[in-house]
Order: sequence, then structure tokens, then C-alpha cells
Amino acid sequence: MTALPRLETTPSACPACAVVPSAERLAALSAAASGRIMLSLPGAHCAACISTVESGLAALPGVRSARVNLTSRRVSVDAEPIVSTETLILALKRLGYEAHELDAGLLSATETDRQGRELLMRLGVAGFSMMNVMLLSVAVWSGAEDATRDMFHWISAAIAIPTVIFAGQPFFRSAWTALKARRLGMDVPISLAIILASSISLYETAKGGHHAYFDAAVMLTFFLLAGRYLDHRTRAVARSAAEELAALEVPRAIVLREGIELVLPISEVSAGDLVLVRPGGRMPVDGVVTDGSSELDRSLLTGESLPAYAGPGTVISAGEVNLTGPLTVRVTAAGKDSSLHRMADLVAIAESAKTRYTSLADRAARLYSPGVHLLSFGAFAVWMWITGGDVRFAINISAAVLIITCPCALGLAVPAVVTAASGKLFRKGLLIKHGTALERLAEVDTVVFDKTGTLTLGMPEPTNLQDHPAEALAVAVALARASSHPLAMALAAAGGEAAGVTDLYEVPGYGIEGQWRGRRVRLGRALWTGAEPMDVTATYLSLGDASYGFTFADRLRPGAEAAVNALAAQGKKVLLISGDAEGAVRDLAQRLGITGWTAGALPAEKAAAVAQLSAQGHRVLMVGDGLNDTAALVAAHVSISPASALDAARVASDIVLLGQDMAPIGDATRIAAQATRRIRENFAISILYNVVAVPVALVGLATPLAAALAMSLSSITVSLNALRLK
Amino acid sequence: MTILGILIPVSLLLGGIGLAAFFWSLRSRQYEDPQGDANRILTKDWDDHPKP
Repeated sequence: MTALPRLETTPSACPACAVVPSAERLAALSAAASGRIMLSLPGAHCAACISTVESGLAALPGVRSARVNLTSRRVSVDAEPIVSTETLILALKRLGYEAHELDAGLLSATETDRQGRELLMRLGVAGFSMMNVMLLSVAVWSGAEDATRDMFHWISAAIAIPTVIFAGQPFFRSAWTALKARRLGMDVPISLAIILASSISLYETAKGGHHAYFDAAVMLTFFLLAGRYLDHRTRAVARSAAEELAALEVPRAIVLREGIELVLPISEVSAGDLVLVRPGGRMPVDGVVTDGSSELDRSLLTGESLPAYAGPGTVISAGEVNLTGPLTVRVTAAGKDSSLHRMADLVAIAESAKTRYTSLADRAARLYSPGVHLLSFGAFAVWMWITGGDVRFAINISAAVLIITCPCALGLAVPAVVTAASGKLFRKGLLIKHGTALERLAEVDTVVFDKTGTLTLGMPEPTNLQDHPAEALAVAVALARASSHPLAMALAAAGGEAAGVTDLYEVPGYGIEGQWRGRRVRLGRALWTGAEPMDVTATYLSLGDASYGFTFADRLRPGAEAAVNALAAQGKKVLLISGDAEGAVRDLAQRLGITGWTAGALPAEKAAAVAQLSAQGHRVLMVGDGLNDTAALVAAHVSISPASALDAARVASDIVLLGQDMAPIGDATRIAAQATRRIRENFAISILYNVVAVPVALVGLATPLAAALAMSLSSITVSLNALRLK
Repeated sequence: MTILGILIPVSLLLGGIGLAAFFWSLRSRQYEDPQGDANRILTKDWDDHPKP
């Protein structure tokens, strides 16, 4: 049920898509019991958290040790096989920490780890030799001559050449791949500059020449590796986050075979099986109810906030939540055939209509790469002509041009800003899944919200308690306490005093009945209690001849109001498009001050509305959580979904909101706009350095000292500018 | 200038020790949880007696 087909699957374009594993693999992995349990711990943030969690878990019987990783907000528990994940999650909940099960096998991520360590090691080697070569170069710059200079050059060569060969490999490899595909990427001029600088310096050293560029070659490698490492880290965080989100839902079903209940992964359930779904459980398959009666919450699929009745013969689809009574379901379609999966077609259509976004860095590289080559070869040709065929001098000039124009600052400009910005957003609880999401977020001028599960929590709150006589309220509370239906629980929590109602029993799918002062009282559906149904979410109480309607409104997600206000204050158009009934949508729009709202929208209509806005030239940010939003999330310029969303919606969206609070969305658009401004500034800075330094190199005045100065100054200014992000 | 014959190897050796230390820290996975390690030093759990 997880991975939706993506048309674009290049690893660089969307690191998250390729790594989201299939539900089948997840299920297979989770079946194997292991002594090491991984839990996600989004609430951990301080030194005290570490001790509380570690000592709290270690105190449980059967737990050998627990170790918190604060950077990735996870805890890894070493325990005997008897300890179940549920007990650990419950224990953490008592300690005050929300925890989710993760799949340890899936999260090992050894490949990414190894790549990161390799890059870091190359960076370390390049840094070591840069310092040493620089030290030797200072002696040459300050006027070492003849034999001394040659000796210093030879020592530099002995350090620099092996370093370049070892540390430059990532660039050489990707330049080679680019050349094989007949493209000129960023890495071709980089590799050319490093190789040309090293070999010309070696030749000059052998000839006893004045200028050697060993320091430049090593410095180039170091700065570019630093940019590459930052880039890798951002990607790795996004990738492991995507895995973490996928691992949150381990799909299993309780299958009845010859009267025995078996817990099986979804992949082993086939059409015709009988599946038991307990109250509170999510439908794992499509099917028809054969036994039991209950109510269904369809909000994730359709956006309706009113529960629907389900009894024998009712057709149910995967993703719906069973509310009151246990249901036995005969499976009609499971896994890939289920209705959850059919939604994927809609997503594929929206995906193909989406124009590919070219990031600022790509656009810069496209202009830059041919320009550098032309400039360098042009310099070579012109100096060949001027000097009348002095190859050594002409190559020296063209190497100097390559070194000066090399995109040190360009290679750092984007990764440094993106790392700073995504770190800031992660601390606020937003996870950037897609490389260009930040840039796209900065361009947004229209924000479309979904209602149920996004702006609201899907948790009802009674709204008209004060309209009813105290007597009726007390009876309603007494009845409500006997049920686990969400409306009843909300009523019981808010109502106060309970009356002495006896003989309580629940009729699943209808309501609760009891005896009060010798009379039969009922709380539940309108028809069953004999009340007049209203057009908002409500439950009804029959008290003899009179009947009372208790209305409910969905509780707002914390920060929803702040987010809507912040977006409106930034001059963005805020719209609400929901699949829910008109009354509920209108009320919410008025509560939040949203003027543009649409109710009863079908999934295809949502996507069409977003596509139409895009066609009008608006850049749309879609915020949604349900399956009915998935197509709209893909159609939008950029999309955000809360962590509580269905996995299909989370896969489709570019940014995931980790906490419950919605307020960070307002900050996110602000930070994204600022980050894009910093990236542009960084480009301007590196262009400025080039404009000053290139003419110097072209006329042949670029000494190794000038190259080193230009390179380090531009790299440092660019990094500092990135850190200014607030 | 003969002092250079001693000083250059010495400086390279010192730098090499630093590089070796960096490799060791990389291999013993000390960069896995930088935030956690920064906070762990503040805990008072093992102030009075060493961790068993």
C-alpha cells in the first residue's frame, strides 16, 4: 500500500521516492523477531530526556540496555525476545514520550552510512594536506628561491598528488559518468581543473619553474568536498526520515481460519478470507461485512467527518476506521487490488501533468559549465597566438583560468543554505523530503487546506451543552460513559455530573440504551432515538417523549489558527477545499476567517481545482492528509502533509509536519523565502569574485597566491552568508 | 636552513597524528549522534559513582 508509481525516479531528483519500501517488504521484515527494537521518539530534545528514557526503559523486566540517539530522535533497545514493542511504547507513554515502532532491519541504512563516512574521510585527508601544503606555500609566496623553492614544491607535490588522487575520486567518477552520457555537468570542469592544476604544477616543479598550483588543487578538492558532504547529509536525513515514516505503519490483519485468529501480513491475505477488525482498527482490505454491526470513520478517504453505519452487507474499503463494534469482513480485494491502490492511478495522472522544476543550482550549472570551458580554451588559443606557440605558458594561463573560475563558492552556495534552512525547519518539526521543496515553497502565493485531519484533528468537541436542561445532560453523560464511540467519549469528557442510569448496554452501530427512573433512555443515531436529524455532526438523546440533539464540532489542530493568520499576513491567498458536508466546512471557514471554501469536493475535483489554480499562474501549496488529497498534493507546486496522514499522502508530499502543531507552516514559508534569497545572494557573491579575478587570470597575472586568496575568500563569505539565516 | 630538515618532518608527523586520530574517531562511530553526546555530558547520573 506504500510506494506509488513515480514517473521520475532518478535518485538525485527525489531521494525519498526511491527509498520508500513496499508494504510487503515491511511486513516480511517485521515478522522476523529480533532482540533489537528501534523506536522513533519525536519528543526527545534534552539531556534530561536521555536519562529519563534510558533509565525508564532499563528498569523494565527483560530489557538489557537502551540507548537514545538524540540527533535522529530514536531509541534502540536491546531486549530479550519476550519484551514486545507495545510494552515499550506504553512504558514510554507513561514517562511522557510519544513513541512509534520502527523497523530495525529497514533502518540500518548501511549504504548511506558508508557513503557518508567515506566522504568525511576524504574531507579529512583533503583538510590535512590543505593545511600542510598551505604552510609550505606561504614560504614560497614570501620569497623562497632556487633550491629551497624547488624542495618546497617537491614536498607539496608529495602531499598533494596522493591527496588529489584519493580525495578527488567522487568528482572524477561523476565527471566520467557525465561524459559517458555526453553531458557537461558541474563535475567535468571541476575534475579538469584539479587534474590540469596538479599535472601542470608537477611539470613546472620538474622544470624548476616559479609557479606551482598544488595548494589550489588541494584547496579546491577540500572546499568542494565540504559542499558535497553537506549535500549528502541533507539527503541522508531526508532519506532516513522517509524510511521512518514508511515504517510507522506495519500493515497486518487478523485473519479467521477455521475459527482460529491469525495475525498475518497483508501480503498473505487473499480474496475470500475472513478478516476480523476490532473497534479502533483500520480496515486492512476491501470487503463486505458478514457479521457484526458498527460505525465507520471514512474521513481519511472522503473527508466526511460524520461516521457511517456498517452492518452485514455493507461494502467497506481499505483505510476506513472501525469505531464501535467488532466486524467480520469477507475480503474482496487485498494489497495491490484494493481501492487504496486504485487511487494511485489518479496520482500518476497528476504527476505526468506536473512540469519538472529546475532548481536554481541546476540553472546556474547549465549556464556556468560551457562558459568555463570556452573561457579556458579561448585563453589557451589567444595566448598560443600572442606568444607564437609557447604551449607551456598558454597551458599555465588556461589552468589558472580554470582554477579561478572553479565553482568553489558555487558548490558551497546551495548546500550550505539548504543545510542551514532544513536544520532550522527540522527543529520546528518540519521535515523536507525533496531537494527542491524549499525553493518551490518560497514561490508559493496560494495555500489550499484540507479540512478533516489537517486543520482539524478529527476529534469532536460538543458545542451546545448549555442549551440542554441539566437533567438531560446528566442522563446523556451517564449513557455516553458506557461507549467508546468518539462522540460518546467527547460527551463523557465534557459533560460533568452523571445521572443514575442502570442496565446500560451498547447496540453497536446504533447507540447506547439504559433504564432511568423506570423509563427507557437512548443515546445514539437520529432514527434509532426517534429524533429529527440535523446537517451537522450530532448525537441524539431520547428521554421519554422529548429528544435532544447534541451537536459537535471537530477540534481544531493546535496552531491551525496561527498558521492561517501567518499565511494571510504574508499576503498569501488561503483556500479551504474539503470533501465534508457543507455545514461543517462553513463553520470551520468562519472560525478561521477563510473566505474561499468549497465543500463536498471529490478527490478528482480537488486535484482539478489545484490544477486550475496553477493554470491561472498561481503557485499552490497544498496541505492535506487524506487519500482524497493525494492527487491534489501531487498536482500542487509544493505540498505538506501531517505525520498522522495516510502513507500514500505522506509519500506524495514534499514536506512532512512531524508534530501536531500546525503553526510551523507559517514559519516555513518565511524561512524558505529567506533561504532562496540567500542562495541568490551567494550566486551573486561568487559571480562578483569571478568578475574581478577572471580578467586577472586571462592577462596572465594570476599567481598561485591570488588564486588561493580568491578561492578561500569567496568560499568563506558564501558559508558565512548561509549562516545568517534566521 | 638545516633546521628545515628537522622541522618539516616534525610538522608533517604532528599533522599525521591528527589525521590518524580523526580516522580513529570516524571508525569508532563518534559522529553518529553529535547532539546526544553534547547533551550527555550534562547528565548527573554518574557524578557520584562510575557507570557499572
